[in-house]
Amino acid sequence: MRGPRLLLPGGSWLGAYALLYVVFLYLPVVFLPIFSVNTAATPKFPLSGFTWKWYEQLPHTPALLDAAWNSFIVGVSAAVLATAFGILAARAITRYRFPGRRPINGLIMAPLVLPEIIIAISMLLVMLQLGLSLSLFTVVLGHVLICIPYSMTVLTSGFEGFDRSLEEASADLGESAFGTFRRVTLPMVTPAIISSLLVSFTISLDEFMIAFFLTGTEPTLPIYIWGQLRFAAKLPGVLALGTLLLVASFVMMTLAEILRRRAANRAHTEGGLYA
Amino acid sequence: MPERAMIQIDHVTRSYGAFKALDDTNLSIREGEFFSLLGPSGCGKTTLLRMIAGFDNPTSGSIAVDGQPMEGIPANRRPTNMVFQSYAIFPHLNVEQNVAYGLKRLKLDGREEKRRVEEALAQVSLTGLGRRGATELSGGQRQRVALARALVMRPKVLLLDEPLSALDKKLREQMQVELRRLQQAVGITFVLVTHDQYEALAMSDRIAVMFGGRIAQVDAPKDIYQRPVNRQVADFLGGMNFVKAKVVEESGASLTVDTLGFGRIRTDKPAAFSCKDGAATLGIRPERLRVLWDDETSEFQVAGAVVERHYFGEVTHLVVEIPGLEKPLSVIETNDFGADDIPLGATIRIAYDPEALVAMAD
Repeated sequence: MRGPRLLLPGGSWLGAYALLYVVFLYLPVVFLPIFSVNTAATPKFPLSGFTWKWYEQLPHTPALLDAAWNSFIVGVSAAVLATAFGILAARAITRYRFPGRRPINGLIMAPLVLPEIIIAISMLLVMLQLGLSLSLFTVVLGHVLICIPYSMTVLTSGFEGFDRSLEEASADLGESAFGTFRRVTLPMVTPAIISSLLVSFTISLDEFMIAFFLTGTEPTLPIYIWGQLRFAAKLPGVLALGTLLLVASFVMMTLAEILRRRAANRAHTEGGLYA
Repeated sequence: MPERAMIQIDHVTRSYGAFKALDDTNLSIREGEFFSLLGPSGCGKTTLLRMIAGFDNPTSGSIAVDGQPMEGIPANRRPTNMVFQSYAIFPHLNVEQNVAYGLKRLKLDGREEKRRVEEALAQVSLTGLGRRGATELSGGQRQRVALARALVMRPKVLLLDEPLSALDKKLREQMQVELRRLQQAVGITFVLVTHDQYEALAMSDRIAVMFGGRIAQVDAPKDIYQRPVNRQVADFLGGMNFVKAKVVEESGASLTVDTLGFGRIRTDKPAAFSCKDGAATLGIRPERLRVLWDDETSEFQVAGAVVERHYFGEVTHLVVEIPGLEKPLSVIETNDFGADDIPLGATIRIAYDPEALVAMAD
């Protein structure tokens, strides 16, 4: 009796608010795929008909393919580097207690909250001072910086609670140091590492600001899209491309989260017994 | 039981800088016995266990297992296996794969491996749970998997690092009985590390009580409990009333002392007993004191006033002030005759057996 009565008055308002909130957040995103399959070149209602033609044109745009290839190269490099650094940092933060552990952790996570344009401009200045000419390589460096916090978050939740006695147990059961790494350590941290790679790749793929400042003559996909927006006729193609990016990001992030939870779950159920 | 030494600890010291976790320790553990290392945290018991397993090395001294010196032999080539405090079950493997983990190195043929895994699972009553994932197990089941995984290797020595501390009381008591039964069935030497005196008393053939990196006493549970060598051991093993005493006469196996409160007492002289300047301590366990009811008398009795009374269900704990004693006596009496109804302040008489008053070094 008491439960429903307490819930009802506030509950209906809360529900409406939550619904509005979600609509406001995601409605624009829903327009993207809708207009990308519309026959008309201008995005407006009513819709004029269904077509895949904007998608079919995508592979026949050389500039787009170049940009996609650039993005892929940058994404893979940034993901691998950020994850490699992330593994070292996450291992140190979760396994050892050393002076300055918290401040160091804070500094690694800082790019998450710094204004991206400030990071982009500062990095541009540094690159120029160092005499580096702008290229995909400088974009990779910038992306590594902003990917590391994400990579760290994923990896620490996978490494945390990794019980050291697991490695001892393996040795105790006759396994060599390399065998222990192969049969225990690696399988336990692999999901977290793959998850970190996926997250970093996605972040790099979607990143505009830093790529915009640090790239030379080779655009990545977001920069290509930004360039195309000036031409009204190209808009449907951009929408189609945007939809593809959206789907790819969504799939990769979901996969990454599933893997991250799996890794965290393993580590935590094992370590939880200490509590 | 064969008296052959399975583990020989010879003048082993383990220092961390100036701190000695283990200080010049000698110990011999017999083949096939259930041996416990008992002591408070930081007494060096876990350090000693980890050195036997090969996870740590002595700063000086030597350890031999089955007559073989262990120096320079890494953990993965020692004839010992360990049950970890956290169990350390591999979370990415199922029960069967966990148990078979060490067997993979032996390259047995498939059927033989399967047979040994099944046998180990049966030993710990986990038959049929082989396919269960490691993360789907209860605390008790994890403990059994850890046991099976170690036993399947057929070690010469099984090391157990506080294996029951993560379990609740009821399960812990059940596992104590099971562990003891298992040890007797497989006949392997078990070395258990624990800080729980009841656990050690209930399971062991012999116990080493440790304090501050040194072994204070090695004996069978009954001897440790009834004939502790000093106050520290007596205290750690449970409640004990201490009475200051002056040695009057030492003759062979008997000892005559004068005490305040208990008067002149003649008691057994423990083999290890030695006193300085004639001062000693007598100890008597609270449950060895008995309330005298009505006109019942005893040759050995003291009288005093009840100052505290604590009810524990099957027993009552009485605190009785005896004239002359520096501390009131603790008495544990069953409630069969109404010990739980004795009013505070009442004067009662208490019978004791002089044999139960144990002389120990001060």
